[in-house]
Amino acid sequence: MRMANLFLLQLLNGAQFGILLFLVAAGLTLVFGIMDFINLAHGVLYMLGAYLMAMFALATGSFWLGLLLALGATLAVGLVLEWAVFRRLYDRPHLDQVLATFALLLILSEGVKILWGSAPLNVAMPELLSGSVPLAGPLRYPVYRIAIIAAGLATALGLWWLITRTRAGMLLRAGASNRPMVAALGVDISRLFMLVFALGAMLAGFAGALVSPVLSVDPGMGDQILILTFVVIVIGGVGSVKGAFAGALLVGIVDTVGRIFGPIWLKLVMDPAAAAQAGRVLAPMLIYLLMAAVLSWRPNGLFGRPS
Amino acid sequence: MSAAPKAAIALLVLMALVPPLAAAIGDPFLTVIATRMAVFAIAALSLDLILGYGALVSFGHAAYLGLGAYAVAVCARHGITDLVVQMAAGAGAAAVFAAVSGAISLRTRGIYFIMITLAFGQMAYFFFVSLSAYGGDDGTSLAARSTLLGRDWLENDTAFFYVVLACLALAYGGLHRLVHARFGRVLIGTRESELRMRAIGYRPFRYRLAAYVISGMICAVAGVLLANQTEYVSPAYMAWTRSGELIVMLLLGGIGTLAGAMAGALVTVGLEELLAGWSEHWRLGFGLILLAVVLWSPAGLAGLVRRLLPGDRA
Amino acid sequence: MTLLQVENLRKSYGALAVTDGLSLSVAEGELHAIIGPNGAGKTTLIAQLSGQLAPDSGTVRFGGADITRLDMASRVRAGLARSFQITTLMPAMTALENVALAVQGRSGSSFRFWRPVAREAALNDQAMDCLAQVGLADRAGRPAGAMSHGEKRQLELAVALACRPRLLLLDEPLAGTGPQEAEVLVGLLAALRGEVTMVLIEHDMEAVFALADRVSVLVYGQIIASGTPGAIRQDPAVRAAYLGEEAC
Ligand SMILES: Nc1ncnc2c1ncn2[C@@H]1O[C@H](COP(=O)(O)OP(=O)(O)OP(=O)(O)O)[C@@H](O)[C@H]1O
Ligand SMILES: [Mg+2]
Repeated sequence: MRMANLFLLQLLNGAQFGILLFLVAAGLTLVFGIMDFINLAHGVLYMLGAYLMAMFALATGSFWLGLLLALGATLAVGLVLEWAVFRRLYDRPHLDQVLATFALLLILSEGVKILWGSAPLNVAMPELLSGSVPLAGPLRYPVYRIAIIAAGLATALGLWWLITRTRAGMLLRAGASNRPMVAALGVDISRLFMLVFALGAMLAGFAGALVSPVLSVDPGMGDQILILTFVVIVIGGVGSVKGAFAGALLVGIVDTVGRIFGPIWLKLVMDPAAAAQAGRVLAPMLIYLLMAAVLSWRPNGLFGRPS
Repeated sequence: MSAAPKAAIALLVLMALVPPLAAAIGDPFLTVIATRMAVFAIAALSLDLILGYGALVSFGHAAYLGLGAYAVAVCARHGITDLVVQMAAGAGAAAVFAAVSGAISLRTRGIYFIMITLAFGQMAYFFFVSLSAYGGDDGTSLAARSTLLGRDWLENDTAFFYVVLACLALAYGGLHRLVHARFGRVLIGTRESELRMRAIGYRPFRYRLAAYVISGMICAVAGVLLANQTEYVSPAYMAWTRSGELIVMLLLGGIGTLAGAMAGALVTVGLEELLAGWSEHWRLGFGLILLAVVLWSPAGLAGLVRRLLPGDRA
Repeated sequence: MTLLQVENLRKSYGALAVTDGLSLSVAEGELHAIIGPNGAGKTTLIAQLSGQLAPDSGTVRFGGADITRLDMASRVRAGLARSFQITTLMPAMTALENVALAVQGRSGSSFRFWRPVAREAALNDQAMDCLAQVGLADRAGRPAGAMSHGEKRQLELAVALACRPRLLLLDEPLAGTGPQEAEVLVGLLAALRGEVTMVLIEHDMEAVFALADRVSVLVYGQIIASGTPGAIRQDPAVRAAYLGEEAC
């Protein structure tokens, strides 16, 4: 019974982590899919969202006002970056994109360190969402984490609506599968690109702002999430928002559950000391193994189109 | 002799003059920096083989640097201190990792390939982070440098530098032969047009994989030397930003020429040392320079120099 | 003797049947032209014959053996080479290197890491022969990327010839060439005729009727007529479906 409860708890934690990954991955996969553009600086936007949240929440004294301002600010940053750098790179080789966005990443993360220092920052939890609720038996779960899941799901729904039910979304889908066709329809591609970019930046910033009360805000947080996001996108299939959602939940849950249950399950087949050691080594590698497995089965990801 | 080998040989000769120069001006640190430059030049050369000649943008190359470095720590722990044996061990481990990860990554193209090599690099990184026997996150320091022919010659910085330089010369010479041999021409062909290669009877995958493995092995040798230079081994050697730096070296020197890869490594290490001397926030300046080069001079510093030279404007 | 035998080949993109139950046979030694309007599925057929695309169903037999499932490389080894409608060369390599690479593909292992390939006389001599054959001998040292469009078309052909094919699949070799260049290429094809079996896709009707032993007409993924140039010219179905639309 205790085991089942622990499992449920980890499943929820995994889902919550997955939802966050999805928020970051959604924008990135659209940018990849539609513009064939690789952006290593996307994780920085997530980090920036968290820092801006910390700054605005402190300045205004309100979580909600801070969140609003942080969202607006990351949107603005996304627009400026697109205007100043990214649009010069759309027609350049992937290598140039990699290098330029790598440079941006160095500049922005160092800039963050200069502005806010290297020490982790904390954001106060809003009163409304603090505390915990009973889950099953003696098990309780923090309200805030449930709120993250809910906010993420709502965003996912909103995205789904945007993509399947609106004209802009139709163009996005068409653009992802056939860029020349959309251009031939007389659509202003550069406006569309700018929109996707800014939206992606805002979603990443939103994810960063959301986790700021539960994680410490530090300059390394962007790097970690970026790589995980890549794994998510590769598993889900480049350009597929649906794939990003499935991949994000899969990665979130496998990573979280694997870290806790890996050693436990390994103990069933080997002696405890060896199991603990093997579990520690294997757990962080689990999602990469998952990715390798998915790719050797489907080289274009779960929902990717064959190239 | 064409221009490229001349430039490379000139570079190697100039580097060989560093220790006497350092002795003359009484600044032994110069030799240490030159050693670091030579080590990274080997790594950059190895990456240039797959990236410059094979158009395979690998973003996980630092993993091989780390595999080489840990080969030193693991061998030393088991009483094997010979440099050559350690190099063989590092290259062997790299070959296995490259063969397995390459066989999966090389099934993909473009953005997928970049992201997958990055992910495999991270996988190696996390493996060593969780290896508590070797210090985990913090890494572990080496008791001493490796031995050569049973003697501790490498403890002398100047001797060590010349050993590294010899390795660089060997790596350059070997790769120069390779890219001009049959194999190299096929590799360049896969870069130029995969479809055409298949239409004249080649299966690009096997040549790419072979290049990927060779490249990983050479980079592991650089890793063995890097561990010896710092006398320290840590997962930081395989951080993904390190892979990014290796690509930056190629960019700065001009991608797809071996002499350019070497020059790029020298410039990058030099620039880092210089900027780091000015400010702890040197990455900001480094990023700005990099961004400027990518946006305005994609042919690298070599291209910039060429453009600025008078009378060379076509 | 039949060299190439295609039976009931099908390939669809979604609802569009680009190859729609196509059957074709090419006899050893003949120059078999395939004509058809734009979008008829000619390039898609070549892609399936060369192994670049897998058909949904149907079989391709070459020299009696079923090659439907073989990849491109094995088909080249078996003696099937092709040229591309859209020039597909190694732009950074010289003309000679482009051709020598094709020669190398059928002469021994490419896992050789030490000897400079540029000094392999056997490769260079054969490559030079192919270049001379298409009239590019004096362009050997020029990078493919820096050649004129017509020269690229000639080089495209030289590369295919360097594979020493039994069957040459030519996808619009004259596409985009000027009158003089076209003349050179037509002369070359006439000279090759009889030596190599060829499947020639071409929009230039004058060239087709001058060169072909047999002509097949491909419309909407199906061969609607097949016969000697004279018979095809007279075929009412062909005139209605195809020639009627053309100015010739
Ligand atoms: N990958 C693809 N996906 C969808 N449709 C395709 C694809 N490739 C080709 N088609 C369609 O198949 C049809 C046949 O194309 P194909 O290139 O074989 O024609 P073709 O006879 O060579 O024409 P042309 O004379 O212009 O070269 C065209 O309508 C084309 O739009
Ligand atoms: Mg065609």
